[in-house]
Amino acid sequence: MSGAPMLFDRGLGRERLARALRRAGDHGAAFLLRRAADELDDRLGAILRRFETAVDLGGALPYAAAFLAGSPQADRVIRIAPAPEAEDPRWATIVGDEENLPLEPENVDLVVSLLSLQGVNDLPGALVQIRRALRPDGLLLACLVGGATLTELRQAFTQAESEMEGGASPRVFPFADVRDLGALLQRAGFALPVTDTDAFTVRYSDPLALMRDLRAMGATNTLMARRRTPLRRATLIRALEIYAERFSDPDGRIRATFEFIWLSGWAPHESQQKPLRPGSAKARLADALGVREQPTGEKPGEG
Amino acid sequence: MTDEPSTERLPQGASRIDPKLLEILVCPLTRGPLDYDSARQELVSRSAKLAYPIRDGIPIMLPEEARRLED
Repeated sequence: MSGAPMLFDRGLGRERLARALRRAGDHGAAFLLRRAADELDDRLGAILRRFETAVDLGGALPYAAAFLAGSPQADRVIRIAPAPEAEDPRWATIVGDEENLPLEPENVDLVVSLLSLQGVNDLPGALVQIRRALRPDGLLLACLVGGATLTELRQAFTQAESEMEGGASPRVFPFADVRDLGALLQRAGFALPVTDTDAFTVRYSDPLALMRDLRAMGATNTLMARRRTPLRRATLIRALEIYAERFSDPDGRIRATFEFIWLSGWAPHESQQKPLRPGSAKARLADALGVREQPTGEKPGEG
Repeated sequence: MTDEPSTERLPQGASRIDPKLLEILVCPLTRGPLDYDSARQELVSRSAKLAYPIRDGIPIMLPEEARRLED
């Protein structure tokens, strides 16, 4: 077991997700996953490669698996589902956990993870496990929920709790920060790491509609440090009031920010571009720029 | 859970597991190899002394769902 702090109650997360998935037709919030899967199309399409074995890792619903199964870029698809679900003949399903990947080393070529890795306790550990599961020159393409997500909800809860209860407790997930993730990828041994963010606003009729969506996603608070006592009704009502006051449009609909962080990295392979050894350059920078080389110690403009 | 329906389902379930899938699975705790017990529909990790269930053709690779093996 690693020494990473236990931020999330993974068992509770799985339970909530399973409950959410069991409620048939309650997939209103699947739009986030759908949006991520749509973008997966563009991002994978830009990579001119075929992947023999592709893995959909941890997505709440099998959108990535369905995309991969229909893509000429993936020959075989394995889905690692976070909770039991119905089998699908287009891919092989197993239930597993990103923090304890049940995969043999160097056996898959592509790992796609949509909106699941933000919930792991030990993200560096999970990334290392993914990198080990990949064959050399295998690709990780992941989309995480980023730190700007639900900033309005966070602010409304914090203000309501400090007004009503004289203190605030974490009611909304902490999410990863994009600046940390590139470094994490590199530390996990990925080559050519790339990260970028995509923030967008979703409008809801009222804050309760947003909360319903979050519940339908199984995305309600699973923080270990969450209050074990349920949210007080008066505090909730105040938070919803604050939300509507501070974050609504002129037409009365409320705004909710979501942020996706996309990251990609390759399992190292000899064919990949690498920086040259210092001092091994074969051409002078000054020649390339068409200027006179300045010896060190001489100030530009002198002589 | 009764024994009756599960014995009835066994031949079906046993044929549904993709042998290629079994090849790439390891025990999530020890990374050790898994043995496929087709009669019980379990993936057995001797190194972890755990048997992971296969339910409706889907291996459940979660230690908390696994059956502890006696020595």
